[in-house]
Amino acid sequence: MYAFDYHQPASVADAAAALAAAADGKLVAGGMTLIPTLKQRLASPSDLIDLARVDELKGIGEESGSLVIGAMTCHADVAASDIVRRSIPALARLAGGIGDPQVRNRGTIGGSVANNDPAADYPAAVLGLGATIRTNKRDIAADDFFQGMFTTALEPDELITRIAFPVPQAAAYVKFPNPASRYAVVGVLVAKTGGGVRVAITGAGADGVFRATEMEQALSADFSPKALDGIAIPSDGLNGDIHASSEYRAHLIGVMAKRAVAACV
Amino acid sequence: MPTVSMTVNGKAVSREVEPRTLLVQFLREHLGLTGTHVGCDTSQCGACVVHVDGRSVKSCTMLAVQADGRVVTTIEGMAAADGTLHPIQAAFRENHGLQCGFCTPGMVMSVADLLKNNPSPTEREVREWLEGNICRCTGYHNIVKAVLAAAEALRGAPAHAAE
Repeated sequence: MYAFDYHQPASVADAAAALAAAADGKLVAGGMTLIPTLKQRLASPSDLIDLARVDELKGIGEESGSLVIGAMTCHADVAASDIVRRSIPALARLAGGIGDPQVRNRGTIGGSVANNDPAADYPAAVLGLGATIRTNKRDIAADDFFQGMFTTALEPDELITRIAFPVPQAAAYVKFPNPASRYAVVGVLVAKTGGGVRVAITGAGADGVFRATEMEQALSADFSPKALDGIAIPSDGLNGDIHASSEYRAHLIGVMAKRAVAACV
Repeated sequence: MPTVSMTVNGKAVSREVEPRTLLVQFLREHLGLTGTHVGCDTSQCGACVVHVDGRSVKSCTMLAVQADGRVVTTIEGMAAADGTLHPIQAAFRENHGLQCGFCTPGMVMSVADLLKNNPSPTEREVREWLEGNICRCTGYHNIVKAVLAAAEALRGAPAHAAE
């Protein structure tokens, strides 16, 4: 690991100021991606700004039809939260399936969403549930937030404060996990909402998480696994690697989507 | 260099460290607590699991400065002062839950976190919980047996403090 200066701000304003003042600053939330990246010397920030002591970024609450989760809430706390289990149980199960217990004790929802790893679980929930990403500057709709692999709408000195999930009528997340890392080879989140059905796919897209609009239309007309019969997902634009070819991932999307719909009804 | 202060196994410690020092390096190299092992060094294997504020974490994927002001428990903090093994350690010995022993400190610390929150886990829950702890000697059969035996022992001895 290359040397860096370390900062522990106590407020969002101080964190943003430290980030703006640094030559090449990087925010660290749970560090479950960033610290391994630093250890491999794949990143060499001048400054590390740790958000762990920013209390205003923590906590889970409800606001008129939405579930609101603070950016620094760890996966284990989302998985165990009574509020999350009651309002969006699919989200609690998704959080409980990330990595392993020790990773879930450190990794955070804000860190995962800001990192936008193409095989991460949370982006599927944020996009599939049509969440709103709140930052220190503005609110960003999920549809505008994810902009390709490891790329988001966040400005260089912008940080996620909370994520607001509209509570759906029903939702389920089903993934085919890599057996070693538990990252999603393919993960599908299906949500039935007042405004129609949303289907978000993670793990598969070469540009990261995306919506399967043909599936959404079919499921909005008939919300049953059968409605997905005959919808072929093209393998163009999907990842192929040692874990799964793009053709296999295309096939898995259909299988995982049907299972997710079956889990909803 | 920043100074970090934390409570390790009940004792207050304070040292100057570079910010890039990992918690596991701090424990092993600065404090001489070599019971916490470095296995894969990539957050997969769990040999480095310790507790920070009562929750199990992989100390190879946390900086020492991030543990500033926290309460840390390592495998050295598990046995009683007179050397009597913690019931989880005793159960691993009784059930042949180890062969070379390299993964054992992390296994014990991970299991201590499980049993604190779930005193009566099913075999499936034990296997799922140990997702982040890898043993390359024996497979997991006797480890799971040891965990179930430890759970039973701890239920029978509610006064025993896990930390």
